[in-house]
Amino acid sequence: MRTEVGKVEQRQGLAAGGKSGETIAKSMLEKFPNGVKVTSTAANRVNATVDRGLLYKVAEFLKNEMDFEHVTSVSGVDWYPENRMQAVFHITSYANRVTAEIIVDLPRDSPEVDSVTPLWGGANWNERETYDMFGIIFKGHPRLERILTAPGSDYFPYRKDFAGGRRV
Amino acid sequence: MDLRLAPNAIAMTSKEFIAWSTDVMAELMRATGVKKAIDKISAPIWSWALRNANYPLHFGVACCALEMAAASAPRFDAERLGMIYRSSPRQTDVLLVNGWVTAKLRPDLRRLYEQMAEPRWVVAMGECAISGGPWYDSYNTVQGVDTFIPVDVYIPGCPPRPEAMIDGFMKLHKKIHKEMRGTFLED
Repeated sequence: MRTEVGKVEQRQGLAAGGKSGETIAKSMLEKFPNGVKVTSTAANRVNATVDRGLLYKVAEFLKNEMDFEHVTSVSGVDWYPENRMQAVFHITSYANRVTAEIIVDLPRDSPEVDSVTPLWGGANWNERETYDMFGIIFKGHPRLERILTAPGSDYFPYRKDFAGGRRV
Repeated sequence: MDLRLAPNAIAMTSKEFIAWSTDVMAELMRATGVKKAIDKISAPIWSWALRNANYPLHFGVACCALEMAAASAPRFDAERLGMIYRSSPRQTDVLLVNGWVTAKLRPDLRRLYEQMAEPRWVVAMGECAISGGPWYDSYNTVQGVDTFIPVDVYIPGCPPRPEAMIDGFMKLHKKIHKEMRGTFLED
Protein backbone atom coordinates (compact mmCIF):
# COMPACT_ATOMS: atom_id res chain seq x y z
CA MET A 1 0.00 0.00 0.00
CA ARG A 2 1.35 3.38 -0.93
CA THR A 3 1.98 5.76 1.89
CA GLU A 4 0.59 9.26 1.76
CA VAL A 5 3.04 11.59 0.04
CA GLY A 6 3.35 14.88 1.88
CA LYS A 7 2.73 18.27 0.41
CA VAL A 8 5.37 19.70 -1.89
CA GLU A 9 6.07 22.54 0.52
CA GLN A 10 6.58 20.11 3.34
CA ARG A 11 8.97 17.95 1.36
CA GLN A 12 11.06 20.89 0.23
CA GLY A 13 11.03 22.71 3.52
CA LEU A 14 10.70 21.55 7.08
CA ALA A 15 11.28 17.91 7.88
CA ALA A 16 8.97 16.24 10.36
CA GLY A 17 10.21 17.08 13.84
CA GLY A 18 13.01 19.30 12.51
CA LYS A 19 13.76 22.91 13.22
CA SER A 20 13.10 25.60 10.64
CA GLY A 21 15.63 28.17 9.56
CA GLU A 22 13.90 30.84 11.63
CA THR A 23 14.05 28.70 14.79
CA ILE A 24 17.73 27.98 14.28
CA ALA A 25 18.50 31.66 13.71
CA LYS A 26 16.62 32.59 16.87
CA SER A 27 18.46 30.07 19.04
CA MET A 28 21.77 31.11 17.47
CA LEU A 29 21.11 34.72 18.43
CA GLU A 30 20.08 33.67 21.95
CA LYS A 31 23.27 31.67 22.42
CA PHE A 32 25.56 34.30 20.86
CA PRO A 33 24.08 37.75 21.45
CA ASN A 34 27.29 39.49 20.37
CA GLY A 35 29.25 38.72 17.24
CA VAL A 36 26.56 36.90 15.25
CA LYS A 37 24.44 38.81 12.77
CA VAL A 38 21.64 37.01 10.95
CA THR A 39 21.16 38.68 7.59
CA SER A 40 18.20 36.68 6.31
CA THR A 41 16.30 33.48 6.96
CA ALA A 42 13.88 31.20 5.16
CA ALA A 43 12.30 27.85 5.98
CA ASN A 44 15.42 26.08 4.76
CA ARG A 45 18.08 28.80 4.94
CA VAL A 46 20.01 30.73 7.57
CA ASN A 47 22.40 33.39 6.33
CA ALA A 48 24.61 34.78 9.05
CA THR A 49 27.78 36.81 9.49
CA VAL A 50 30.00 35.65 12.35
CA ASP A 51 33.03 37.25 14.00
CA ARG A 52 36.12 35.21 13.31
CA GLY A 53 36.84 34.61 16.98
CA LEU A 54 33.40 33.04 17.39
CA LEU A 55 33.36 30.83 14.29
CA TYR A 56 34.49 27.62 15.94
CA LYS A 57 32.03 28.02 18.83
CA VAL A 58 29.16 28.72 16.42
CA ALA A 59 30.15 25.68 14.36
CA GLU A 60 30.25 23.51 17.49
CA PHE A 61 26.83 24.82 18.48
CA LEU A 62 25.43 24.05 15.04
CA LYS A 63 26.86 20.56 15.08
CA ASN A 64 26.01 19.49 18.62
CA GLU A 65 22.75 21.28 19.32
CA MET A 66 21.24 21.98 15.90
CA ASP A 67 22.03 18.65 14.15
CA PHE A 68 24.10 20.02 11.27
CA GLU A 69 25.81 16.97 9.85
CA HIS A 70 28.02 18.10 7.04
CA VAL A 71 29.80 20.94 5.28
CA THR A 72 28.69 21.37 1.69
CA SER A 73 31.33 23.84 0.66
CA VAL A 74 33.96 26.22 1.94
CA SER A 75 34.90 29.08 -0.33
CA GLY A 76 36.32 32.56 -0.24
CA VAL A 77 35.64 36.05 -1.54
CA ASP A 78 38.29 38.68 -2.19
CA TRP A 79 37.00 42.23 -1.70
CA TYR A 80 40.15 43.77 -3.07
CA PRO A 81 39.18 47.50 -3.15
CA GLU A 82 37.86 47.35 0.42
CA ASN A 83 40.98 45.50 1.58
CA ARG A 84 39.12 42.59 3.16
CA MET A 85 38.33 38.96 2.46
CA GLN A 86 35.53 36.61 3.39
CA ALA A 87 35.47 32.92 4.15
CA VAL A 88 32.09 31.37 3.35
CA PHE A 89 30.98 28.10 4.96
CA HIS A 90 27.86 26.29 3.75
CA ILE A 91 26.84 23.89 6.48
CA THR A 92 23.88 21.62 5.93
CA SER A 93 21.53 19.67 8.15
CA TYR A 94 19.68 16.68 6.75
CA ALA A 95 17.59 16.33 9.92
CA ASN A 96 16.24 19.90 9.62
CA ARG A 97 16.65 20.28 5.86
CA VAL A 98 18.34 23.60 6.47
CA THR A 99 21.49 25.07 4.92
CA ALA A 100 23.35 27.65 6.99
CA GLU A 101 25.62 30.09 5.19
CA ILE A 102 28.19 31.36 7.65
CA ILE A 103 30.30 34.28 6.43
CA VAL A 104 33.42 35.38 8.27
CA ASP A 105 35.03 38.73 7.49
CA LEU A 106 38.80 38.74 7.48
CA PRO A 107 41.37 41.50 7.06
CA ARG A 108 43.31 41.07 3.84
CA ASP A 109 46.76 41.30 5.40
CA SER A 110 46.16 38.43 7.88
CA PRO A 111 43.42 36.18 6.47
CA GLU A 112 43.33 33.62 9.26
CA VAL A 113 40.25 31.77 10.42
CA ASP A 114 39.57 28.67 12.51
CA SER A 115 39.26 25.42 10.61
CA VAL A 116 36.04 23.43 10.96
CA THR A 117 37.71 20.21 9.79
CA PRO A 118 37.98 18.84 13.38
CA LEU A 119 34.16 18.98 13.49
CA TRP A 120 33.31 17.90 9.94
CA GLY A 121 35.87 15.87 8.00
CA GLY A 122 34.24 16.87 4.74
CA ALA A 123 35.61 20.38 5.05
CA ASN A 124 39.18 19.12 4.71
CA TRP A 125 39.71 19.39 0.95
CA ASN A 126 37.40 22.40 0.61
CA GLU A 127 39.54 24.33 3.06
CA ARG A 128 42.71 23.22 1.33
CA GLU A 129 41.33 24.45 -1.98
CA THR A 130 40.32 27.79 -0.46
CA TYR A 131 43.80 28.11 0.97
CA ASP A 132 45.25 27.18 -2.42
CA MET A 133 43.23 29.72 -4.37
CA PHE A 134 42.77 32.61 -1.92
CA GLY A 135 45.55 32.17 0.62
CA ILE A 136 43.10 32.04 3.52
CA ILE A 137 44.81 30.22 6.38
CA PHE A 138 42.64 27.78 8.33
CA LYS A 139 44.07 27.42 11.82
CA GLY A 140 43.80 23.89 13.23
CA HIS A 141 43.59 22.20 9.83
CA PRO A 142 45.39 18.82 9.94
CA ARG A 143 47.20 19.26 6.61
CA LEU A 144 47.00 22.69 5.06
CA GLU A 145 48.93 22.20 1.82
CA ARG A 146 48.49 23.02 -1.86
CA ILE A 147 45.91 20.74 -3.47
CA LEU A 148 45.36 21.89 -7.08
CA THR A 149 48.42 23.93 -7.97
CA ALA A 150 51.93 22.50 -7.90
CA PRO A 151 53.58 22.15 -4.49
CA GLY A 152 55.85 25.10 -3.80
CA SER A 153 53.81 27.63 -5.80
CA ASP A 154 54.09 31.16 -4.46
CA TYR A 155 50.85 32.64 -5.80
CA PHE A 156 47.12 32.63 -4.99
CA PRO A 157 45.31 32.70 -8.35
CA TYR A 158 41.83 33.80 -7.21
CA ARG A 159 43.05 36.96 -5.51
CA LYS A 160 42.09 40.04 -7.44
CA ASP A 161 45.63 41.41 -7.48
CA PHE A 162 46.98 38.19 -9.03
CA ALA A 163 48.63 38.95 -12.37
CA GLY A 164 47.72 36.20 -14.85
CA GLY A 165 49.86 35.01 -17.72
CA ARG A 166 52.20 32.18 -18.51
CA ARG A 167 54.29 30.85 -15.65
CA VAL A 168 55.17 27.25 -16.67
CA MET B 1 111.53 -19.54 -31.49
CA ASP B 2 110.92 -20.59 -27.91
CA LEU B 3 108.46 -23.47 -28.22
CA ARG B 4 108.07 -23.85 -24.46
CA LEU B 5 105.66 -20.85 -24.50
CA ALA B 6 103.48 -22.11 -27.35
CA PRO B 7 100.60 -23.68 -25.32
CA ASN B 8 100.21 -20.43 -23.30
CA ALA B 9 100.11 -18.36 -26.45
CA ILE B 10 97.23 -20.39 -27.92
CA ALA B 11 95.12 -20.56 -24.73
CA MET B 12 92.33 -17.96 -24.31
CA THR B 13 90.22 -16.80 -21.39
CA SER B 14 86.49 -17.61 -21.65
CA LYS B 15 85.67 -13.96 -22.36
CA GLU B 16 88.21 -13.80 -25.11
CA PHE B 17 86.84 -17.01 -26.58
CA ILE B 18 83.24 -15.71 -26.60
CA ALA B 19 84.29 -12.46 -28.28
CA TRP B 20 86.37 -14.34 -30.83
CA SER B 21 83.65 -16.89 -31.65
CA THR B 22 81.00 -14.15 -31.93
CA ASP B 23 83.19 -12.34 -34.40
CA VAL B 24 83.73 -15.52 -36.37
CA MET B 25 79.97 -16.26 -36.44
CA ALA B 26 79.07 -12.70 -37.49
CA GLU B 27 81.68 -12.63 -40.19
CA LEU B 28 80.61 -16.04 -41.40
CA MET B 29 76.95 -14.97 -41.55
CA ARG B 30 77.79 -11.78 -43.39
CA ALA B 31 80.06 -13.55 -45.81
CA THR B 32 77.57 -16.30 -46.63
CA GLY B 33 74.48 -14.01 -46.81
CA VAL B 34 72.70 -15.79 -43.93
CA LYS B 35 72.43 -12.49 -42.02
CA LYS B 36 70.45 -10.84 -44.77
CA ALA B 37 68.14 -13.81 -44.95
CA ILE B 38 67.51 -13.79 -41.19
CA ASP B 39 66.87 -10.04 -41.10
CA LYS B 40 64.53 -10.31 -44.05
CA ILE B 41 62.40 -12.76 -42.11
CA SER B 42 62.72 -11.48 -38.54
CA ALA B 43 62.40 -7.72 -39.10
CA PRO B 44 58.92 -7.77 -40.68
CA ILE B 45 57.69 -10.31 -38.15
CA TRP B 46 58.86 -8.20 -35.22
CA SER B 47 57.52 -5.04 -36.77
CA TRP B 48 54.16 -6.70 -37.44
CA ALA B 49 53.97 -7.93 -33.87
CA LEU B 50 54.88 -4.53 -32.42
CA ARG B 51 52.41 -2.70 -34.62
CA ASN B 52 49.49 -4.95 -33.88
CA ALA B 53 49.89 -5.00 -30.13
CA ASN B 54 50.70 -1.43 -29.15
CA TYR B 55 48.99 -1.15 -25.81
CA PRO B 56 48.29 2.44 -24.75
CA LEU B 57 48.36 3.41 -21.10
CA HIS B 58 44.85 3.84 -19.73
CA PHE B 59 45.43 7.36 -18.49
CA GLY B 60 42.55 9.71 -19.22
CA VAL B 61 43.48 13.28 -18.39
CA ALA B 62 40.68 15.40 -19.80
CA CYS B 63 37.80 15.52 -22.30
CA CYS B 64 39.79 13.79 -25.08
CA ALA B 65 39.64 10.72 -22.83
CA LEU B 66 35.95 10.49 -23.74
CA GLU B 67 36.92 10.17 -27.40
CA MET B 68 39.41 7.51 -26.33
CA ALA B 69 36.54 5.69 -24.64
CA ALA B 70 34.33 6.12 -27.70
CA ALA B 71 37.11 4.70 -29.90
CA SER B 72 37.08 1.55 -27.76
CA ALA B 73 33.30 1.22 -27.91
CA PRO B 74 31.62 -1.09 -30.46
CA ARG B 75 31.09 1.58 -33.12
CA PHE B 76 34.82 2.15 -33.71
CA ASP B 77 36.27 -0.81 -31.81
CA ALA B 78 39.92 0.18 -31.70
CA GLU B 79 40.76 -3.16 -30.12
CA ARG B 80 40.61 -4.80 -33.56
CA LEU B 81 43.71 -2.71 -34.38
CA GLY B 82 45.60 -3.86 -31.33
CA MET B 83 44.86 -0.94 -29.01
CA ILE B 84 44.15 -2.56 -25.68
CA TYR B 85 44.37 -0.24 -22.72
CA ARG B 86 46.44 -1.41 -19.79
CA SER B 87 46.47 0.28 -16.41
CA SER B 88 50.12 -0.25 -15.54
CA PRO B 89 52.89 1.64 -17.35
CA ARG B 90 55.03 -1.50 -17.13
CA GLN B 91 52.70 -3.32 -19.54
CA THR B 92 52.25 -0.58 -22.13
CA ASP B 93 54.01 0.61 -25.28
CA VAL B 94 52.22 3.88 -26.02
CA LEU B 95 51.71 6.85 -23.71
CA LEU B 96 48.54 8.48 -24.98
CA VAL B 97 48.35 11.97 -23.47
CA ASN B 98 44.83 13.23 -23.97
CA GLY B 99 44.36 16.57 -22.28
CA TRP B 100 46.01 19.52 -20.62
CA VAL B 101 49.02 18.87 -18.44
CA THR B 102 49.14 21.00 -15.32
CA ALA B 103 52.31 21.95 -13.54
CA LYS B 104 51.30 19.54 -10.80
CA LEU B 105 50.83 16.63 -13.22
CA ARG B 106 54.05 17.20 -15.17
CA PRO B 107 56.50 15.33 -12.88
CA ASP B 108 54.11 12.40 -12.51
CA LEU B 109 53.61 12.12 -16.27
CA ARG B 110 57.36 12.22 -16.77
CA ARG B 111 57.70 9.41 -14.23
CA LEU B 112 55.01 7.35 -16.00
CA TYR B 113 56.93 7.77 -19.25
CA GLU B 114 60.13 6.62 -17.59
CA GLN B 115 58.40 3.62 -16.04
CA MET B 116 57.31 2.31 -19.44
CA ALA B 117 59.52 -0.38 -20.93
CA GLU B 118 61.32 0.23 -24.22
CA PRO B 119 60.35 0.37 -27.03
CA ARG B 120 57.84 3.08 -26.21
CA TRP B 121 56.05 5.78 -28.15
CA VAL B 122 54.18 8.93 -27.15
CA VAL B 123 51.01 10.19 -28.81
CA ALA B 124 49.81 13.73 -28.04
CA MET B 125 46.06 13.87 -28.60
CA GLY B 126 44.14 17.15 -28.79
CA GLU B 127 45.18 20.78 -28.78
CA CYS B 128 45.96 20.91 -25.07
CA ALA B 129 48.49 18.10 -25.23
CA ILE B 130 50.04 19.56 -28.40
CA SER B 131 50.42 23.20 -27.42
CA GLY B 132 48.36 24.09 -24.36
CA GLY B 133 45.25 24.77 -26.43
CA PRO B 134 42.88 27.37 -24.98
CA TRP B 135 45.18 27.67 -21.96
CA TYR B 136 48.03 29.04 -24.04
CA ASP B 137 48.87 31.69 -21.41
CA SER B 138 47.67 29.96 -18.29
CA TYR B 139 49.59 30.15 -15.05
CA ASN B 140 49.28 26.43 -14.41
CA THR B 141 49.11 24.63 -17.79
CA VAL B 142 52.19 23.28 -19.53
CA GLN B 143 52.45 24.47 -23.14
CA GLY B 144 52.50 21.05 -24.79
CA VAL B 145 53.73 17.60 -23.81
CA ASP B 146 56.77 17.89 -26.09
CA THR B 147 58.29 20.43 -23.70
CA PHE B 148 59.28 17.59 -21.39
CA ILE B 149 58.90 14.22 -23.19
CA PRO B 150 59.54 13.32 -26.85
CA VAL B 151 56.34 12.97 -28.90
CA ASP B 152 55.99 10.68 -31.93
CA VAL B 153 52.53 11.45 -33.27
CA TYR B 154 50.33 14.54 -32.88
CA ILE B 155 46.57 14.19 -33.33
CA PRO B 156 45.03 17.66 -33.79
CA GLY B 157 41.43 18.45 -32.86
CA CYS B 158 39.49 19.81 -29.94
CA PRO B 159 38.75 17.05 -29.26
CA PRO B 160 39.70 14.79 -32.21
CA ARG B 161 37.00 12.39 -33.33
CA PRO B 162 37.60 8.69 -32.68
CA GLU B 163 38.35 8.25 -36.40
CA ALA B 164 41.09 10.87 -36.09
CA MET B 165 42.51 9.08 -33.10
CA ILE B 166 42.53 5.75 -34.94
CA ASP B 167 44.12 7.51 -37.92
CA GLY B 168 46.83 8.84 -35.63
CA PHE B 169 47.53 5.32 -34.44
CA MET B 170 47.72 4.16 -38.07
CA LYS B 171 50.38 6.84 -38.57
CA LEU B 172 52.17 5.40 -35.56
CA HIS B 173 51.90 1.94 -37.15
CA LYS B 174 53.65 3.27 -40.26
CA LYS B 175 56.35 4.81 -38.13
CA ILE B 176 56.91 1.57 -36.23
CA HIS B 177 57.02 -0.34 -39.52
CA LYS B 178 59.71 2.01 -40.84
CA GLU B 179 61.87 1.53 -37.77
CA MET B 180 62.22 -2.26 -38.48
CA ARG B 181 63.23 -3.15 -34.97
CA GLY B 182 63.63 -6.85 -35.80
CA THR B 183 67.02 -6.15 -37.40
CA PHE B 184 69.25 -7.86 -34.85
CA LEU B 185 72.72 -7.94 -36.34
CA GLU B 186 74.18 -4.52 -36.86
CA ASP B 187 76.19 -3.90 -40.01
